[in-house]
Amino acid sequence: MTKASPTEPIAHPYMANSNVGNFQHMMKVAGVSNVEELFEQIPPDHITKREFNLGPVLSSESSLYRHMNDILRKSTSCEDSLNFLGAGCWQHYVPAICDEMVTRAEFLTPVWGTPSSDHGRSQAWFEFASQLGELVGMEFVGLPVYSFGTAGGHAIRMAVRLTKRFKVLLPRSLDPERLAVIKSYCSLPELAGYIEIVSVAIEEASGRINLEDLKKKLGTDVAAVYFDNPSYLGVVESEAKEVSRLAHECGAEVIVGVDPISLGILTPPSEYGADIVVGTTQPLGVHMNCGGGVGGFIATRDEERYAREYPTLQVSLASTSVEGEMAFGLTLFEQSSYGSREQGKDWTGNSVYLWAIANAVYMSLMGPQGFRDIGTSIIERSHFAASRIDSIPGLKVLWAEGFFKEFIVNFDKSTLDVEVINGRLRKLGIFGGKDLTSDFPELGKSALYCVTEIHTEEDIDRLVQALEEAVK
Amino acid sequence: MSPSKMKNYRAASWDEPLVMQMGSEGRRGAILPSTEPGIVEVVGKGINLVSPSMRRDRLPILPELSEFEVERHYIHLSQQTMGMMGVSLFGTCTMKYNPRVSENLVYQPFISQLHPLQHEDTLQGVLEIVYRFDELLRELSGMSKFVFQAGGGADAAYTQTCITRAYHASRGQLGQRNEIITTAQAHPSSPATAAAAGFKVITLPLEADGYASVEALRAVVSSRTAALMVNNPDDIGIYNPHIKEWVDIVHEAGGLCFYDHANFNGLMTRVRAAELGFDACMFMLHKTFGGPKGGGGPAVGAYGCTEALVPFLPGPLIKKDANGKFVLEKEGPLSIGRVREFWGNVPVVIRAYAWTRAMGAEGLRDAANISVLANNYMEKRLLEIPGVTKGLPELTKRRLEMTRYSLGELTAETGVSTLDVQNRMTDFGVDAYWLSHEPWFIPEPFTPEAGELWSVEDIDYWIDVLAHVCQEARDTPEIVKSSPHNQVVHKMDGSGLNDPSKWATTWRAYLRKYPDRTR
Repeated sequence: MTKASPTEPIAHPYMANSNVGNFQHMMKVAGVSNVEELFEQIPPDHITKREFNLGPVLSSESSLYRHMNDILRKSTSCEDSLNFLGAGCWQHYVPAICDEMVTRAEFLTPVWGTPSSDHGRSQAWFEFASQLGELVGMEFVGLPVYSFGTAGGHAIRMAVRLTKRFKVLLPRSLDPERLAVIKSYCSLPELAGYIEIVSVAIEEASGRINLEDLKKKLGTDVAAVYFDNPSYLGVVESEAKEVSRLAHECGAEVIVGVDPISLGILTPPSEYGADIVVGTTQPLGVHMNCGGGVGGFIATRDEERYAREYPTLQVSLASTSVEGEMAFGLTLFEQSSYGSREQGKDWTGNSVYLWAIANAVYMSLMGPQGFRDIGTSIIERSHFAASRIDSIPGLKVLWAEGFFKEFIVNFDKSTLDVEVINGRLRKLGIFGGKDLTSDFPELGKSALYCVTEIHTEEDIDRLVQALEEAVK
Repeated sequence: MSPSKMKNYRAASWDEPLVMQMGSEGRRGAILPSTEPGIVEVVGKGINLVSPSMRRDRLPILPELSEFEVERHYIHLSQQTMGMMGVSLFGTCTMKYNPRVSENLVYQPFISQLHPLQHEDTLQGVLEIVYRFDELLRELSGMSKFVFQAGGGADAAYTQTCITRAYHASRGQLGQRNEIITTAQAHPSSPATAAAAGFKVITLPLEADGYASVEALRAVVSSRTAALMVNNPDDIGIYNPHIKEWVDIVHEAGGLCFYDHANFNGLMTRVRAAELGFDACMFMLHKTFGGPKGGGGPAVGAYGCTEALVPFLPGPLIKKDANGKFVLEKEGPLSIGRVREFWGNVPVVIRAYAWTRAMGAEGLRDAANISVLANNYMEKRLLEIPGVTKGLPELTKRRLEMTRYSLGELTAETGVSTLDVQNRMTDFGVDAYWLSHEPWFIPEPFTPEAGELWSVEDIDYWIDVLAHVCQEARDTPEIVKSSPHNQVVHKMDGSGLNDPSKWATTWRAYLRKYPDRTR
C-alpha cells in the first residue's frame, strides 16, 4: 500500500478517520495545511530523527493471528501437563460463565461512566464486595487491589496509621514473593514512615506460628500481627484465636490473609479476632494467566475507624431521585489519592476491577453449598495426595495434618535436588511443586505441592508413579 | 454543518435485583466433581481433616441460583452498563479499540493456563512475546529495559519511587535526599506514590505559560532532591518546551527524572523519553497500546529505564541468552524486589504487543497524527458552542491529543454544572466524559479526547449532543439538573455516601443499617 502523501494516513481497521476523506475534512475544519503544524508546541530538538523499526506491520487480522499463535504455541500449559504448582497462583476450574462475563464488551472495554449510565457494572462490583464480605465475615469491603501482597502491604500501612506504631510481626512461613511486595510497602530505614518487619518463628513440629516467640516479640510498639491462614506452606493456623488475643493485648491490630476458596469449610477470620482481612481473589473464577490473574482485597468491620484508612475506592448503595430506586456511588472518595493527591491514604489507580466481576459471578454460581463442597473436595484430594506421596520410600510429607490445598514434600533422603527431580517430572508431563530449597533452607530439600478440586485420583496416581520413578 | 439529530436513546433497564435478593434455598449453580471412593477410603470425610477450632459452623449467606439464572443476571447487568458502547471521548484515558482477536488468543490455554512458576523451558512462547514487546517499547522510548510487573500506571509510579529509594540508598544518600518534585498538573499518582514511599512532596504550581517555570524548579531543587516525576504533555494538552532543561537541572543536583508517559498518544514516534534525558518512563498499555480498560484493570504500567537503573528493577527479568532462548533471570542484590507478585498482567502485555504489531511504526504515527488532528478539529467546533470556553485560552498554540474546556460561563448563566451536563449527555447515548483530576484549576471542567478510534461522525454527534444540552441548560435547566432521564436509574443522591451511619459497601451492612428493607 502506498500513501497519497507522506502525512496522509493509511486506512486501518482500528482507526475510523484514517481514510483520506475524513482526514482531509478534519484538516480543513481545523484550518491545518500541514500535519506538523499540529505539533508546534514541541521544540524541534525534542523531535526524534529515528527511523523506527517495529517489524513488519500486521494489520491483517489473519496475519496477526498466525504470528501470535505460532509463537504462543511454543509454551506448554497446565492443560498440556499435569500441574502441582500453587504458591500464590492456583489452578482451579473457572466456570465458563465467568469467562463469558469478563469478555462482554460492556465490562471489558470501558473506563468509568456514571452511577446511572454504568449502573450494572457498579452493581456487579457491589455484589463482589457483598459476597466476599459473607465469606470473610466482614461488612466493609473495598474494591479489589492489585494482589494479595499489595493488599497485605496496604493493610499494614492502615494498621500503622491507626496505631501510630511502626513495627509489624510476620511469621517466618510467609510467601517470599508476597513478603518482597510487603517490604516494598514498608519504605527504608533512612526515610520517615519506615515500618520495621520482624519475623516470628514457626513451630518445627507443626509449621504453625510459634506462640512463645510471638509473645517475646510482641509489645506496645507493635502496630500489627499479620499472618496468612492457611499459611503459604499450607498450614492451617488452628491457634489463630490465641494469636489474635495476644496481639490485641498489646493494642496491635490483627491482619489475616486468606484464600477465600477455603472459607466454605474454614472459620472466617472475623470469628478468630481479625481486624483487617486481606487475601487473594484469583481462585474465584480467574485463570492463572501466567500470574496475570492475581488480585487482592481488603475487608474490615464497618467501623469508621477502619473505613477512614482505606486506600481503595469502594461502592456503596445509595438512593436516587426516585423513591425506592437503588444506585451505587463511591464512598470516601476524598481520602483516595484521586481525591487528595499526596494527602490521601497511600494511593490507588487502575486495579483488577474486571476480575471483581468474575469473582462476583463465581461466588453466585457456587453459593453456600458450592463453597462447602469445593473446600471439602480440595482438602480431601490434597490429603489423599499427601498420604500417597508420604508412602513413597524416601519421601516425606512435613506437617501431614492440618493443611489445606498445599503441603510440603521433603526429599532429604534422596540424593537428588528438587530441581533435578522436577526436571525429571517435567519429562513425564508433570509440573512438580514449587522448590522451597533456597527460600526455606531449614526445611531441607523440599517442594510445595498444590492439589485442588481439578486433580482426580488418577492424576494423583500418575504423580505418585512419576515421583517414584524420578527419585530412583 | 447541520447538527445531528438527537438519538431517541433509552438505556436497557431490567430493574435487576441484587444477586443476594435472588434464588431459592437448595438451588445449585455449580456442582463439584464428587470425591472418588478411593480417596474417601484413605482420608475419610473432608471436614474431619480440619481441626475442630477451625471448622466453619455456619455456611456463608450466598445466593442459591441455577446456572442460567446467574448467567442471565450478569448479562442483565452488562446490558445495564453503557460501557463505551455509546461514544466515549474520555480524556486522559484514550479510548481505543480492543481487538477481539487478542481476546481469542489470551483465553487459550497457552496463556490462560500458564503458571508463572513453570520452568522457563515450558514458557518459551509467552516469554518471547513479552521480550519482543520490551524491545518494541525500548525502540519507541530509547530506554534500555522494560518490566511489566506494575499493575497499573500508579503502580509504575510507585515502582519509580521504590527505585528512587534504592538508587539513593545504594549511594548512601537516601537520608539526605528525601524530596520528590512534581507539578500541579502531574497525575495524582505521582505525588501520592512519592508520599507513600516516604518522600516529602514538592508540587510546583501551574503558571501563565501553562506549566511551572524553570525558575520555580530551580528554586526548589537542592541536594535534598531525590527525583522529578512529571508528565508532558499534561492532561490539558500543553507541552512543556523546557523539559530538557528541567531534566538537566535535576540531574545536576543529583536527582532522577521520571517521565509519566501513561498517555503517549500524541507523541508516539515523535518524542523518545531517553533522548530528552529522562532516566525512566512509564506507558499504560491500555491508554496507548490497545489493552482493554476493564473498568479499572487488570492494567499494566510498563516501566522502562536506562542502563544505570536496570540493576534496581523488580525481578525477575526476562532476557534472551546467547542461544536465543528466553530466560527468567533472578533479580540482583540492588533490585527493589517486587511491587506485585510475579511478572505482570501477562494477557494485557500480549494484547498490547499484538496491537502494536497490527499498527506498525507507520500506524503509530498515523494514530498520533489523527489523535492530535481530531483534538484540534473538536476544538474548532466546541468553541462555537456558547458557554464553552477553553482552559487557558490565552495559550494559542495547537494543543496535543486533548484539551480541557470549561463550562464555567454556562454555569454562571444557568446554574447547570458540568456534572449535570455529563449526566444529561448520557441520556442521548453518549458515555460520560472525563472532568478533571482534583483539585480543579479550571472551573466546571470537561476533558474530551477523541484519539484515533472515533469517527468524525461519532465526534460530531458528541459535539452536537453537548450543544443541545447547553441549549437545554438555558431553555429548560431543570431537565438538565434533574437528569438523567433515559438511563438505567435516575440521578443518584450521594448525600449519605460519606456518612458512616448510611454508607453500605456490602449487603449485610445495608441490611443492618436499613432494617426496614426485607431480605
